[in-house]
Amino acid sequence: MLKILKYSFFDLMRSRWSYIYFIFYLLMGFVLLFLNNDVDKAVITLLNIIIILTPLIGTVFGIMYYYTSKEFTELLLSQPLKRSTIFIGQYLGVAISLSLSLIIGLGIPFLIYGIARSSSIFNFTSLLIVGGFLTFIFVALSYNIALAFNDKIKGFGFAILLWLFMAVIYDGILMIVMMSFQEYPLDKFALGAVMFNPIDLSRILILLKLDISALLGYTGAVFQKFFGTGRGMLVSLSMLTLWVLLPLWNLTRIANKKDF
Amino acid sequence: MVEIKELYKAFGQVRVLEGINLLLDEPGIIAILGPNGSGKTTLIKSILGMVIPDKGSITIDENQILGKWAYRSQISYMSQIADFPQNIRVSELIAMIKNLRSSTDRDQALIDLFLLRPFLDKKLGNLSGGTRQKVNILLSFMFDAPLIILDEPTTGLDPVALLHLKDILAQEKQKGKTILITTHIMNLVEEIADRVIFLLDGKIYFNGSVTALKTQTAQQNLEHAIAEILKSHA
Amino acid sequence: MKALLYIATFLLWIQHSDAATIDVCADCETNSIREGVVLAKAGDTVLVRAGIYYVSEIVIDKSISLIGIDQPVLDGQNLQKNILEVRAQDVLISGFLLQNVGLSYTKEIAGIHISHSKNFRMTHNTFQNVFYAFILQRAQYGLLKNNVIRGQSVDETKSGNGFHLWKCTDIRIESNTIEGMRDGIYLEFVKNSHISNNRSRKNIRYGLHFMFSDHNEYHHNEFRENGAGVAVMFSKFIQMHHNDFQYNWGTASYGLLLKEINDSEIMNNNFEQNTIGINIDGCNRINYRGNQFVRNGWAIRFTGGCYTNIFEYNNFRHNTFDLSYNSRLNDNKFEANYWSEYTGYDLDRDGIGDVAFRPVKLFSFVVNKTPETIILMRSLFVDLINFSEKVSPIFTPDALKDIRPLMKPIVW
Repeated sequence: MLKILKYSFFDLMRSRWSYIYFIFYLLMGFVLLFLNNDVDKAVITLLNIIIILTPLIGTVFGIMYYYTSKEFTELLLSQPLKRSTIFIGQYLGVAISLSLSLIIGLGIPFLIYGIARSSSIFNFTSLLIVGGFLTFIFVALSYNIALAFNDKIKGFGFAILLWLFMAVIYDGILMIVMMSFQEYPLDKFALGAVMFNPIDLSRILILLKLDISALLGYTGAVFQKFFGTGRGMLVSLSMLTLWVLLPLWNLTRIANKKDF
Repeated sequence: MVEIKELYKAFGQVRVLEGINLLLDEPGIIAILGPNGSGKTTLIKSILGMVIPDKGSITIDENQILGKWAYRSQISYMSQIADFPQNIRVSELIAMIKNLRSSTDRDQALIDLFLLRPFLDKKLGNLSGGTRQKVNILLSFMFDAPLIILDEPTTGLDPVALLHLKDILAQEKQKGKTILITTHIMNLVEEIADRVIFLLDGKIYFNGSVTALKTQTAQQNLEHAIAEILKSHA
Repeated sequence: MKALLYIATFLLWIQHSDAATIDVCADCETNSIREGVVLAKAGDTVLVRAGIYYVSEIVIDKSISLIGIDQPVLDGQNLQKNILEVRAQDVLISGFLLQNVGLSYTKEIAGIHISHSKNFRMTHNTFQNVFYAFILQRAQYGLLKNNVIRGQSVDETKSGNGFHLWKCTDIRIESNTIEGMRDGIYLEFVKNSHISNNRSRKNIRYGLHFMFSDHNEYHHNEFRENGAGVAVMFSKFIQMHHNDFQYNWGTASYGLLLKEINDSEIMNNNFEQNTIGINIDGCNRINYRGNQFVRNGWAIRFTGGCYTNIFEYNNFRHNTFDLSYNSRLNDNKFEANYWSEYTGYDLDRDGIGDVAFRPVKLFSFVVNKTPETIILMRSLFVDLINFSEKVSPIFTPDALKDIRPLMKPIVW
């Protein structure tokens, strides 16, 4: 698996798009930090961008990598290798190279700016952790979709739809449902609903850092317990981990049944 | 030795293989022929474990292959389309496949034979289709596997390279290997094949030598023989 | 500190040239504080040496100085009685550790209970495990300085206040530390008093609690991690400046609660990471100037009708919501504040944004109606509905905007 990972990783690290992605984060880091001179604001802006962009990029890269390397994958499939080895290796190659672009791209400007001395270091670290999680989750989801659809256009469309659903539509539906049932206790429902969307989960992790003051303003005992103690952080992180592992498990399951 | 029993495979509504029985137990070049969509590639991919059959069994040296992977070290496979990662160099690709299978030194002779040395440092994305096909050939022949499977190996090859390919095939046959080949070029079949397997509608319609096929259809030429089969079938 | 005490003693001695000093210690001629106080005449000093003294209800009914050397301990043995009771003018009490007053559900009992006194000074005393530390009633012209009060309150009904003042005037409460009481400082019907440089933390109700107390000033205090923050209620003419309100978190918690406050000034305060920075309920004619609102849940929340309040030159930085309200807002002015959410431009480069800023977001209405939707904060969907509201306001009042938003935060 390490061998496949290595080759996928180097293949991607040399692609133009990895550079563009890397340079995008690098530029954004520099612009936000040096034109803003307010690290807190830069971190908040970055969080807003990362929560939307890393899933999108993860989805698009995952789908594209799968379809463009399809023939090569077939070559690999004819070699004495286990199927799960090939796909998990490729998946890790994509996810790791994307995460590295993110971490190095943002890390450089922040290091130069002296994040280590700033109190924002914790926010910055959670930013990178969230970005990493989202990349791993959405590359895994896109690989699931790609394996399920032989038609490239269909797969691509479905993946973008999934992203749109998770990033916007889900929250819209959630808001409408909550407003329609506002006379009922909603805190359990709200927290439960959030668990089913990794973008929302990551948002919660960030809210715990940025908006804890507001979150603690609510009376519901469930909210209080979730946000007021370390529990919220713990639950969110374990759910995010599940969100990585479940698609991976499903990926090996589909891969073992699929015809190439 | 490959033994296929009662092999069925359908893709959705389309039934591609409908009860294939096949025994490959002697060395030699075996051409798998058939019209488009007759199941040639599906049959090959079933042997490789890339397509998972609905029913039936495939054994190689009396071992079931379903869900296994290690047996593929006994097979050299060359796929129809030579599409590789764009950003990897030829030398790296060769090193990678060697790294995945086992070490071999046969690659050097093949590089020289197909004049690939000037391209070793080029990225695969920058190669012409023919050159990529040569790389593809090299990748399949650099290991010494007892079973060789070639899916349309001649696509995009220049005449010189085609000659070299025939030479290699002859050499491998000499070594006592079993070589499965699909192609649309009947001249090639006539020239090299010891046995022809003709697939039609998911079944083996004919299994025997080229001469036997000509005799059966009463045609002088293989192309006409094939056309005759298709005509009579329709 | 010891030197200071000697100087104080010396000064008193100059004032009353015939004053005497009475020593109290275990081996001294006078070995109880009660005896020392009885022996002393007005103007005398009672010096108490280190040691534990089990005392309660010592009445100081003459103008004396009661000074502890090396922090003697006055232990009330949880008898539910005041330890010291001041009933005279010109009393100084300094340098003691007072403990174990006991808990009462019926009486207000304190470490030092002061009633009807004038010109007293209570300095450098430490309190632990007291019900109330200080109770002052109908007292005037007093100084309460450098005292340390530490409680372990967990339940409002079983705990008392650090400073409890009722019907007092002209009191100065300075540089005290109050932790873990019910209210850090409680004022009811108190006038012309100054509260400054105190640290009031982790009190289970309010760090500072004002009721019906006009013409007071409090400044340079720090209020942190109190149950509900600071409450100023039913008062007029209050000056509040240079205070720190931090980390007051909870369902009904705020940095500052203003209820029925009129004609006051709130300037140069720092509100950081409170659930609500300032909760304003029925307040009129208040000037808010030069305050910092940093990372609060709600920087400012109006919960009742408020008229003629002016907000100018404040910094609003990274609050979850800058402003929310659920009743009518009339004639309030927001002008020339810095809003970190502001995304406008400044083409003429005069430091003032060329387009107005609307501090009320549509999402804050949604959250007001359905609190649980807070969980959708910072979602792209929420940004989208906020943006569409910004482009064409339907729910937010057109008048509520800062027409001269600053491009850069104000630095002091």
